[in-house]
Amino acid sequence: MTPLSHYLIFSALLFSIGLGGAIMRRNVLVVLMCLELMLTAANVSLVAFSRAQGLEGVPVYDAQVLALFVMAIAAAEVAVGLALIVAMFRARRGVESTSLTSLKD
Amino acid sequence: MTQNLPWLFLVLPLVAASVDWLVLARKPRVAAGVSIVSALVTLGLCIAYMGGLQTGAPSSYVWFPVQGFDLSLGLLMDDLSMKMMLVVTGIGTLVHIFSLGYMKGDSSNHSRYFAGLSIFMFSMSCIVLANSLILTFIGWEMVGFSSYLLIGHWYHKDSAADAAKKAFITNRVGDFGFLIGILLTLGLFGTLYYADMAGHMKVAAGSPVLTVAVLCLFCGAVGKSAQFPLHVWLPDAMEGPTPVSALIHAATMVAAGVYMLVRLQVSMGLDAFTDTACCVIASVGAITALLSALMATQQDDIKRVLAYSTLSQLGYMIMAVGLLAGEAAMFHLYTHAWFKALLFLAAGAIIVCCHHEQDIWKMGGLRKKMPITTLCFLAGTCALIAVPGFSGFFSKERILEAALERSVPLFVLGVIVAALTTFYMVRLCLVAFCGDTRTHEAEQAHEASPTMLVPLLILAMLAIISGCGFLADRLVPYAEFHTLGVEWGATFFAGLGALIVGGGLAWLLYGKTETLAGKADPLGANFVSRALRHRLYIDAFYDHVLVGGIQRWFACLISCLDDGIIRRLIGEGLASLTAWVGRLLGRIQGGSLRGYTVLASLGVLVLMLILILLF
Repeated sequence: MTPLSHYLIFSALLFSIGLGGAIMRRNVLVVLMCLELMLTAANVSLVAFSRAQGLEGVPVYDAQVLALFVMAIAAAEVAVGLALIVAMFRARRGVESTSLTSLKD
Repeated sequence: MTQNLPWLFLVLPLVAASVDWLVLARKPRVAAGVSIVSALVTLGLCIAYMGGLQTGAPSSYVWFPVQGFDLSLGLLMDDLSMKMMLVVTGIGTLVHIFSLGYMKGDSSNHSRYFAGLSIFMFSMSCIVLANSLILTFIGWEMVGFSSYLLIGHWYHKDSAADAAKKAFITNRVGDFGFLIGILLTLGLFGTLYYADMAGHMKVAAGSPVLTVAVLCLFCGAVGKSAQFPLHVWLPDAMEGPTPVSALIHAATMVAAGVYMLVRLQVSMGLDAFTDTACCVIASVGAITALLSALMATQQDDIKRVLAYSTLSQLGYMIMAVGLLAGEAAMFHLYTHAWFKALLFLAAGAIIVCCHHEQDIWKMGGLRKKMPITTLCFLAGTCALIAVPGFSGFFSKERILEAALERSVPLFVLGVIVAALTTFYMVRLCLVAFCGDTRTHEAEQAHEASPTMLVPLLILAMLAIISGCGFLADRLVPYAEFHTLGVEWGATFFAGLGALIVGGGLAWLLYGKTETLAGKADPLGANFVSRALRHRLYIDAFYDHVLVGGIQRWFACLISCLDDGIIRRLIGEGLASLTAWVGRLLGRIQGGSLRGYTVLASLGVLVLMLILILLF
C-alpha cells in the first residue's frame, strides 16, 4: 500500500504548480485553471487522509464528503469564473490580468 | 420704584452712548444733544441727592450666585460716593458743553466722540457708585476702554493710535495686579462688598497677606492714576482731544485710583493699611510727584506741561493716602478736579484759537488776544501753585500738614515739588501769555466762542472758591469733612516759601524781554534739560528694554514655537506623514492581480508558521 507521504508530496507538488501558475500567468483563463488545480490538490490530500485515518479498510467519510463539497463549489466557481471571463473578453477584447487597473487610474 | 432712581446714573449715559453710536451716527448735532442732556440730568439728579432727596437703598441685582457667595451688583450711596459723583457729573457736564465749541471745526465723527464721552460717564459712575470691588473692577476696565476710544479719537494720526494703545496696555499691567488684589481680598475677608469689609477685618488683621493684598490693589491705582513706574501713558494720552484730557486725564478717571484707595481705607479701616503698605504707597506717590514735576519744567507743549503737572498732583494725593490722610487726598482730588479741568479747557480754548498750535514758544502775547481765557487760565494757575486764598492752597496745605505730622522727608519733598510746580506754571504763563506774539498762528488768535467761555468761567469761579470752608465742608467727597483754619505755622510758611522761590526763579530765568522774544527755551541746551525733555529716558528705557528687548526676544521665542512646532511639526509634519503612509499603502492596492495573489499566499504562509510555532 502506498504510504500517506507519497500522496501528500504529490498533493503539495500539484498545489505548488497551481499556485505558481496563478501567480505567474497573465491569462485569466489559465489562472482559473490553476485555481482548479489547487482545489484538486486539496481534494487529493483530503481523500488521502480519509484513507489513512480509516480502520480496517473503512475510510473516514467526513473527508470524502468534504471533497465532494469542494468539487461542487469548484464547479460553481468555474461557471461564474468563465462567465466573468467571457464578459471581460467582450468588454476589453483581451483576458490579460495586468490590464485590470482602471480603478487605480 | 423710586428707590431705584440712582440706577439712572448708570443707565442714562449708557443709553445715550448706545443711541449715539447705533442710531445717530449720521446726526452729530442730535447725538451731542442726547449726550449733553444725559449729563445734565445726571448732574441734576446728583444735586437733588445732595440737597437731601431720600429714596432709600437702591435694590441690587444678583448677577450670578456662587456657592456660599452671591455676586450681586449694587450701588453704594454715601457721602463719599455722592459727592464724588457731583465732581464727576459737574465736570462732565461742563466738558460736554465745552466740547460743542471745541469740536466745531473738526471733521471727525462727532457722534463717535460724544458716544465716547457718554460711555465714559457711565463707566466712571460705575466706579464711583460701586458697592463691591467687582463692580469697581468692571467700571475700572470700562473707563480704560473709553479712555482708549477717546485718546484714539483721531485714529488716523499714528501718534494718537499709538498713545491709545500705550495707555490701554500700560493700564492692563496695573489692572492685572488689581485683579490679584481683589482675589486676595476675597480670600482674606470672604467678601467683596465695601459695607461688609469692616466686619471681617478681625479675621484678616495680622495676616501678612493683608499687606500683599493692599499693595496689589494699589497696583491698580498705580496703573489708572499713572504713578511711577506706570506713569508713561498719561503724557502720551494728550494726543486725544483737549476736553477729553480735561475730563478723563486730569479731573476724574486718573483720580479713580485715589478714590478707590480712600474707599478701601474707609471700608477696611486704617488698620488694613499696614506700615509697609503705607510706606510703599507714600514713597511711590512722592517719587511720582517729584519726577513728573521735574519733567514738567522743560516741556514745550502746553498740554504736556499740564499732563506732567497732573501726574505730580496725583502723586501728592497718593502720598496723602499713604500717610493715612484720606481726607486730605480727597480734598486735593476735589479742588484739583476743578482747577485742572479749568486749566485743560483753557488750554483747549487757546489751542483751538491758535489753529492747533500747542508749542508755548510759538504763542506769546496771548493776554491781549484772548483776555478772558487768559484770566481763567491764571485763576487755575494760582489754584495749582497754591496762592493763599485759592482752592489749591487749602488742599495742598492739608497734605503738607499730614506729611509733616508723619514723615519729615516726605514733607520736604512735598515742599520741593510745590516750588517746582510754581516754577513750571509761571514759566508756562510767562512764555504763553506775555511778550509779543511770535508766530502767525498766535497773531491770528481771537477770543473763544461762548460755548467754551461759559464752562471756563464757571470752572474759574470754582477754582477760586471751592477750597473755602463753606463750600468744602459740604462738597468734599469725604464723610464728616471739615476744613481747618489757616494756621500761621511751618506748613504755611514752607508753602509760601516754595511759592516765592519757584515763582522768583521762573521770573528770573524767563521774565526777560529778550528771552520772551526767542522761539526756544534758553535752557534747552544743557544736559539736565535734555534729560528732562527726554522724560528722564524712562520711556526710552521701556521702548528699548521692555518692548525692544524682552518683548521682542519673547516674541521670537513664541514665534519659533509657533512656526517650528505648531506649524512645521504638528501642522505640516502630520499632513506629510499621512500623505506618505497613504502613498505607501496605495502601492499595494495597485490593481495587480498577481501581487494580490502573492500577498495572500504569503499571508497564509505566515499564518501557518504561527500555528506551527505556537501549537
